[in-house]
This record gives sequence, C-alpha cells and structure tokens, in this order.
Amino acid sequence: MARLSIAPRSADFKKFGTFLSDYQRRIEATPPGMCPVALQLDLLRAGGCQTCGKCTPCREGIPQLEALVQEVLDFDADSQTLKDMRKLATVIRDSADCAIGYHAADMFLQGMDTFADEYESHVAEGSCQEGVEQTIPCVTQCPAHVDIPGYIALAGNGDYAGAVNMIRKDNPFPTMCALVCEHPCEEVCRRQLIDAPVNIRGIKRFAVDMAPADTVAVPKRLPDTGKRIAVVGGGPSGLTCAYYLALMGHSVTVFEGRKQLGGMTRYGIPAYRFPRELLDRDIRAVLSVGNIEVKLNTWMHKEDEERICSEYDAVYVAVGAQIGKTLRLEGSDAQGVMSAVELLGRIGDDDYPDFTGKKVAIIGGGNVAMDCCRTAVRLGAEEVTCVYRRRIEDMTALPAEIESAMQEGVEMMTLQAPDSIEVDESGHCAALITQPQMIGAVKGGRPAPVKANKPKQRVEADIVLIAVGQDIMSLRVGMPAKSRKLYEADDSLKAVGFDNVFVGGDCQTGPATVIRAIAAGKVAAYNIDEFLGFDHRIDFGIDAPAAEANDRTPKGRCEIAERPARQRKHDFEGVEEPMSAEEAMQECGRCLRCDHYGCGAMEEGWIQYV
Amino acid sequence: MSNELKFVKVTVDGKEIQGVEGMTILAAAKMAGVEIPTLCYLAGISNIGSCRICVVEVEGQDGLAAACNTPVFDGMVIRTRSPRVIAARRENLRTILASHRSECTTCKRSGTCALQKLSNDFNLEEPDFDGPCAFEEWDPNFPLQRDASKCIRCMRCVAECAKVQHCQVWEMSGPAANRGIRVTGNEPIGSAKCALCGQCITHCPTGALTARDDTQKVLDALADPDTITVIQVAPAVRTAWGEQIGLTREQATPGRMAQAMRELGFDYVFDTDFAADLTIMEEASEFIEWVKEGKPRPMFTSCCPGWVRFAKLHYPQFVEQLSTSKSPHQMMGAVVKNTMRAEAEAAGKKVFCLSIMPCVAKKYECDVPQLATEAGRDVDAVITTREFDRMLRMYGIDVAALPEGKFDDPLGLSTGAATIFGRTGGVMEAALRTAANFLTGENPPFTVCDTTAATPDRPWVDKEIEVAGLHLRIAIASGLENTAKLLDALESGQAAYDFVEIMACPGGCVGGGGQPIVFNQEMHAERAKVLNKLDGADTLRYSHENPDIKKLYDEWVGKPLSETAEEWLHTHQKDWDI
Repeated sequence: MARLSIAPRSADFKKFGTFLSDYQRRIEATPPGMCPVALQLDLLRAGGCQTCGKCTPCREGIPQLEALVQEVLDFDADSQTLKDMRKLATVIRDSADCAIGYHAADMFLQGMDTFADEYESHVAEGSCQEGVEQTIPCVTQCPAHVDIPGYIALAGNGDYAGAVNMIRKDNPFPTMCALVCEHPCEEVCRRQLIDAPVNIRGIKRFAVDMAPADTVAVPKRLPDTGKRIAVVGGGPSGLTCAYYLALMGHSVTVFEGRKQLGGMTRYGIPAYRFPRELLDRDIRAVLSVGNIEVKLNTWMHKEDEERICSEYDAVYVAVGAQIGKTLRLEGSDAQGVMSAVELLGRIGDDDYPDFTGKKVAIIGGGNVAMDCCRTAVRLGAEEVTCVYRRRIEDMTALPAEIESAMQEGVEMMTLQAPDSIEVDESGHCAALITQPQMIGAVKGGRPAPVKANKPKQRVEADIVLIAVGQDIMSLRVGMPAKSRKLYEADDSLKAVGFDNVFVGGDCQTGPATVIRAIAAGKVAAYNIDEFLGFDHRIDFGIDAPAAEANDRTPKGRCEIAERPARQRKHDFEGVEEPMSAEEAMQECGRCLRCDHYGCGAMEEGWIQYV
Repeated sequence: MSNELKFVKVTVDGKEIQGVEGMTILAAAKMAGVEIPTLCYLAGISNIGSCRICVVEVEGQDGLAAACNTPVFDGMVIRTRSPRVIAARRENLRTILASHRSECTTCKRSGTCALQKLSNDFNLEEPDFDGPCAFEEWDPNFPLQRDASKCIRCMRCVAECAKVQHCQVWEMSGPAANRGIRVTGNEPIGSAKCALCGQCITHCPTGALTARDDTQKVLDALADPDTITVIQVAPAVRTAWGEQIGLTREQATPGRMAQAMRELGFDYVFDTDFAADLTIMEEASEFIEWVKEGKPRPMFTSCCPGWVRFAKLHYPQFVEQLSTSKSPHQMMGAVVKNTMRAEAEAAGKKVFCLSIMPCVAKKYECDVPQLATEAGRDVDAVITTREFDRMLRMYGIDVAALPEGKFDDPLGLSTGAATIFGRTGGVMEAALRTAANFLTGENPPFTVCDTTAATPDRPWVDKEIEVAGLHLRIAIASGLENTAKLLDALESGQAAYDFVEIMACPGGCVGGGGQPIVFNQEMHAERAKVLNKLDGADTLRYSHENPDIKKLYDEWVGKPLSETAEEWLHTHQKDWDI
C-alpha cells in the first residue's frame, strides 16, 4: 500500500456530477401547485440524507422532524405537533455542529413561517389550502394561461395558423409574445427533468413568422349586445380587453393619448427588439374583429373620465406606467439628463436623436436599462456605460439582454452607485460621479450593496439616461391608489370605489411584463361581460391535436440567435435570427405534452379560466 | 378542419386491422378481438389513465402506453401481451393492492369487485396486511357509505358524480402521495349536496363505496313473533334480481320472485306495481287539475327520491312544481299501515313494511318524518336488489327450482303501466294512458303515449300530444346532468313543457344505484326491454283498469285527491328534512 494516493476517497463520488445536475433540474422543475408541506419534507429529507452522523441534533433530530412532518402530511397532526416541530427544529438549528444540520433546520423553520397557512390548514381542516393542486406547468405559469402544449403540437404538425388561433384563445398578441415575452412558462417546463426547457418562445416566433397574425382570420364577432365600453389606454392590456369584448358583441371605444396604438410595446421597446411592422400585424388582427373605435391623440382628463364613466356601460382603465422615476442627484436637472421613458417614447414615433460621438451613461440594471444601452449604441454613441450599484448577476434584466448589450460594446460598470452629475458652465452634463459599493448581506432574498471604502469615480458623460423604473401618470381619475402610486382593484380587476370601472395592467400592478398586462385585459373583458349580465363563450374553433408519445431521449435546446453584434449595432432592424424549420420541429418534438400526460389528462389539471 | 374519417392501419398482437384516426388503442384492440384489461377507465366519461393496468407496448416507443387514452396512428404496432406488459400490469396491480384493505371475505363487493377479479386473474400473491390504508370517519347512518381503506383512487366516482350526475360530491385532494378522494370541500357527507342516486356505488370498482346495509333490520322483524311482516318489490327489481343469483332472464320471472319472497318468511308479499297504478290515479288527476287551474308548468313527477333530493339541494326553485303524490312504495306503505292497522292492533301486533328497491335514495326517503301518517311511518326499511339477492343466498333458496308464485291480494295485482315505471319515460307513459282516459272517457292508443324513445344518451326527449282539445308538451330526462340541462333550459325559457318526468339514475330505476353491479356495463337498456315485454304481454295495461285499485278507492280512499288520499298518498316535498 502506497503512503499517498491520488485516487478519490470514495470511488463513486466523481460519478455524482450528472446526478447532481439532474437533481438540480428536478428541483427547478418543481411543479406549480405542489403542497408546500410536501416540499418541506422533501428538503428536510435531503438534509437528513446528507448528515455525516456525528452529531445528535442532525443524526437523530432530522429523522424525527421528518416523522412529524409526515404526520402533518397525513392529516394526523394537531397544533401540538406544530409546536413540537418548531421546538425540535429550533434545537437542531441552535445546536447542530455544522451547516448540514443547522441550515436544514433553519430553512425548515423559515418554511413553517412562510407556509404557516398551509400547516394550519393541514392541522385544522384536514386538507390542503384551496388551490394547492397540480396543473399543467407551462399553462399555469403563463399569466394568460395560454394553451402552450396545444399550440406547440399544432406548430409541430405544420398548422401554424392553427397555432396562432390557439394562442389567440387567451392572448390576442401572438407576435408580441413571440418577440418580447419573458416566457415564465419555460421556467417550469417539465422537459427540464430530461434536458432543458422547451424553447417555447422560439416555437411561437417560428409559427408567427410562418403564419403572420394579420393573415389568420379572427373568430366571428357574436351578435351585437348594444353595450358600449370605453377602454382608456391603447397598450397591450387595453387592446386585449377591447379584442375579447368586441368578439362578445359589445362595441368598444379605445382612447389613446399618443399618436399610435401599442403602448409600451411601441413607446418602451425599441424597434430592433420588436420591429414595428410586426407589432402592427397583431394590432391589425385585433382591430379586424370590428366594432372597435380608436381615438388617438386623446389624453384623458379628470372631467373626461367622469364623463365616460356615465356615458359608457363600463370602462377599462389600462393607462400603463409611463412616467420615468427620477433620482434625486445633484445636477440631475442639467441638459443631457433624460429618463429612459423619454428616449424610448421618442423613438416610438420614429423620432431618433443623434448621439454620434457622444459619451452616454445609463443608470440602472433592468431590461429598460439594456434597451437604453443598446439604443444609445445604435444612435451612434462613442461610448456607452451601464452604471449599476449591484453586480451583473443581481441585474433584473434577462441574462441574454445583458450579454447582447456587452457584445455590442456596452461597458458594464457594476458596484457603482450614482452620486451626482457634474454640470459644465453651459448647464450641460459633463460626467456622472459614482460611489463604489461592495456587495453585502442578503436582504429580502437579494444581496444588498453597501458603500465601499474606495474613492468616488468619474464617468465622462454627455448624456445620462435614468432607467430606474416607472410610475403611473397621475391620479387624475380620482381613483384610490395603493401607496399613492397604483390604482386599486379587487381580484376581478373591478376598481375599488367605482361602480362600472375596471382597471388593470401596469397602472394596477406597477411596471410588469407584457403577458401580465395581456392577462389583465382578458380578465377584465370577461368580468366586464359578466358585470353587464352576460356569460358569453367565444368559439375559437381550434383543438389540440392528439398527443404523441414522449421523446425521452435527452437533446440540447435550440436557441434563437442574434445577428452578429458588429452588424446589428448599426441599425434598428430586428436583431433576432429565428430558428430554422428543422430546429423548430426538434423543439416541438421535445414537448412532453403535459396537457395529456400526467395531471393534464384530468379536468382538474387545467386552469379553469374562461 | 375537415371531419372526414381517416383510416389507419394498426397491428395488434400481429393482427392487422383498419382503424379510424383518433380511436384509442383500446378500441383498436377490440376490433382485433383483443380484450385489454382496464380498471380506472370509464367509457365515455373518464380516460385519465391513472391505474396503468391497460398499458401496452408500442413499437418504437420507450415507455408503455395507456390503451384507454392513447390514439392510434397509421402503421402503429401494438403488443398487448408481451412479457413486459404483463409484468407491468401485475406490478401495478400489486402496488394498488398494497394500499387496499383486502378483506374480501366480508366485503359487499366480493364477486363483483374489479380489483378482486384482476388480482386473481393476474395470480397475485397475498397482499401485505400492514399496507398503508387510509381510514376516515363516516356517518354510519347515512345511506351512502364510504370505506376509504378500500379506495384505489381511480377517480371513477369523481367523474361519474360530476359529469353524469351533476353533484360533484367527490374530489381529489390532499398532498403528494396522500392525494385521495374526499368529499368536496372536506364537508361531512350529510351536507355535501348528495342526491343519493348511488351511481358512484355502481361505478366503484371495489367495495369503497356501498349502500348502508339494512339487512339486520329485516332479520330482526322476521324473527319477532309479534310482528306482521309485509314485503313489496319495485318494478325495476323484477328485471335485475336474477342476474347475479344464477338465473337466466327467462327464469327470473316476477312470479318466481314473489315465491322467493314468500320463502323468506314474509306474511304478506305485495307488489309496488299496485302502488304504481295508485300513483298514476293520483298523479294523472293532479296533472289534470294543474292544467285546468293554470298552475305554473311544468308539473314534475316525484316518484324518484333521488330527483326530489336533487331538486331540493340544487334547484330549490322548482320544488313547488313537484307532484305532491308520494312515491309508489311509500303509498303502498301508507295503504298497508292504514288498512291493516285495526286488525293488527286487535291482535296486539306491529306491522313491519319492507321495500325491495333498486335504489339508495329510498333508504333516505323512508326515514323522512314528514311522510308518516297516523298509522306511523309508511315503510320501515328499504333494502336494495343487492341486499335482497344476498338474503336469498343466506337462506339458501334454490330460486331456479321455485314454482311460479303469486303476489298476495288485494295489493298484489297490477297493470303493465305500473311495470314500466322502472324505466325512463315509464311514469309519463302510464300517466298519459290514464290522464287521456280521465279527460276523454276513452283509452288512448298505446302508440300515442309511447315513450320508449327516452334515453339517457340525450339530455332529454320530448313529445307533443293533443288530448280533449288540450295541447300537452311533455319531456323526459334521466340522469342528473341531463336533468340539470333540462332545468336550465326551462329556467332560461329555452324550453317549455307541461309535464316532465325525471329519474335521477341514467335510464331510470333499471339503472338504479341499488341494482346488481356489472363492472363496466351499463345495464339499463337491456333491463328496460324486459319491462317493456312484461307490459306488452299484460292483459291489463291501463292503471285505471286495475280492479283492485277501484276496490281500494271504493272501500277506503273514495276518489283520487280526496281527503283520505291527501292524507295517505300525498306529501309536501318542500317540508322534507334533508
């Protein structure tokens, strides 16, 4: 026997690798609707299995805690069991020697607080809380509950118009979501158990390219009801509401303050991400339903809004969140300092400023900040710097957006908090002064930056763009608003304190995603229909094709590519290079058809939505 | 999309067949003459594929496919008997058995249990008796009984109750492996809006759902020398009672059934059919009164207590429109108790009235206090066809060898009109035969009143009839989802009728929740044929021509809707306790 060996201590440990990544993906694919107590037991067991067996609290305590949680799961526990669990977990947390034990217990105790209602329901009611029930993951996670497996199967069969129709059942903006949806559906895609989530947005992109939305007929409008509805705001939420209401036979008037329809998808998303002609396809399709009157350049004032509330049978307010938040920085009123909203709004109407030779600093780390960075590059800026007070991994922008911006030459200056703006003698900004930060303790789930003991820095800047969030326009309507910033509505989106007003989208939730705004528009439409005394059902004339057997062979995920950075950064043409037919078909074939296999085979497996 | 049929070639166990695109493997296999075992599959109602017993091998696919919900494709090659398939079926059965309390010796479903048959067919080993079985508290007095430890979570009851019977009494809930069937919202069963149709029982593959067993009450009565025991039997029992005691349809005659009841030791053997004729006398008269007085239409039949419960629990707005006539067996009970009262009291005896019913709801109905008359409760106990059959086996009666017997007079004579009460449309048809006579003084032709087109496969069927210058619109529905559709149409004004017959169970009492259970077979149509045949062969086919009915009116009741009739034979369903 040699004195030393390079062999690993355990022959099997080096084989762990692939299993751990499978394990990780399984956790990531946790199905929505799972019982939180079961999840906690699952995590606890992981801790229990990892124990080295040395210390009492971890070795003995965790299995005993597992047994108690099992009693809760079996509905055999009472309130004393909960107390016993908390006592035992506290002792494990306080007395376990290493993190395997104390962290497992700590996580468990946090869960007991977070899921207190679920524990209570198990003990007192002998059942899970309402809504704790598994449903089709992607459909559930999509705010608009689009029948995703259905349209993937249609696309896989080459029926692209069918796919567009299937999407429109729940979302009249298939093109929009094909380009700019943040695809929360993919986060829970069950396919990641096997390899990686299906590229759902990529498939949708392929379908709308093959069957342009304005060439796919919308369903026939139901007979006129004689009811008139005003929609305030011509963005995705307002137009979605208008679309379903018009299909139900109501007549709709859309009031839009700007020159064109589209809201933030036109005035907030630059054309290279969402080419205007593609947006116009969706809008044309929506308007093709008929009985939707559009009044552009019509800003609503308090007296107008009072008038329409009495003139129309119902009102849907979806005015968005369009005012750029400001930062209280010394020099922020200098020339050359503008909000992201202002810049992106201007280019929405094709008013492109010239940044040639300019140095541009962008404050923020979200998707809007990336839009500003990449827009500035395209407007000819000599230098574009993104200034952010946390790290790149803390940015809220999609990783792909950050990467694309960097490829286009944007400098990410992280851990720099804006301190002040240096103004030259002509009143124009000259530089952004920043205070370096260091990343510190986690607060509210995110590591928070703290002031670093480093000297301030000077970022030369002719233009400073502030992209730190948006507010709703103002409270002209006189509607009650939460924290004086958002309109207040109940779960049906009925505005609090009003008789016939519904409100939704960014102005009710705060700046959010396109698909959430669309979902709100649909919810409002169906609830307005009910409010007016109807129960209309729209026949979209489309069903999902029969499911084929799962393809269980692991495969890579085909991605949507972008045009080479050195080309794309000079123009506002669309940046994406969609998947090929071959790639799109491979992606369709990876779908596990959770609408047919597993809980999707039961009615209970579907979100009973409309 | 086109609706054209597309044909596909499918090979099942080496045999090539031509199927239709969209059909399931199960259906294709049937075409090829191959039976694939199923457990959770409920044709046309539930194909969630949960039990994984019907799995088959499909060439080129990794996993096994569920035959019940996998559509065939052109060129599909299916193997239903490969070693891998058999092993999967056995193993899945074994895992199901591990959490099923297998106590077949005393189980009410022994012999008709689908799990028992499959386990036996697949030669499974004895299950582990320490398996994790679920237990749940249940009100032992409720007519519908559930034993959670025998539930295999196939969800057939959930689907049957929600989709066919509109009640949604059952739901799947609970976390992870503890997910199971519970009363919706975790309510006690008594407040779960259950109509007590018993369809969940007849569609349960095991003994998890049963009707409350009342046999002991009957045995006690028969053993008491101070009790006069009276038995009556519902129209629909005569078409089903022989199915599982080894009788052919030809052997299982009403006469032999009457004789079998006598062999059990009852003092009087009466026929609910007599009371059905009586019901018609009352209900037809009531209907004519409704029409003449212009009361809100439609008038609904009320002889089905499942329907009455359903109306009270789900559509209370219609309860005032129910006929006030009691159901036939309650009428019979009231007549027996009231007419025999003096004689029994003089002899110092009690009268015990037993009904053999194809029904679970009638176990509830006979306990409704508002139905009692001065002579006490109408009916003392209700047993199902299944309990009756078991009693015959308990007594060791060789039914096939029994001679043709007779029901006792005077409450044993009946007409064909009463016999068809047991199938959907029958009450309506019988009522029309008599109502037309009451209005015109002449018997109408049978074809005018015919309702044999009634079926649970359509929400309802209707008919328009001209009688004595009256234009009558009638409708017939069976099954509570169908009923709900009809009631919704009536409420919204999309439909309007004068007289409506509702039966809670699909097909009527022939498909009742108390009838013998044949796994995966809907028996109502076959059983209805027997009743129609008995009606066609009867010499008396109009209720008003039953001579004993005339006698009863002459001697006791006076005339339909008389004061005595109101007291004995009518009720106000609105007042019933639920």
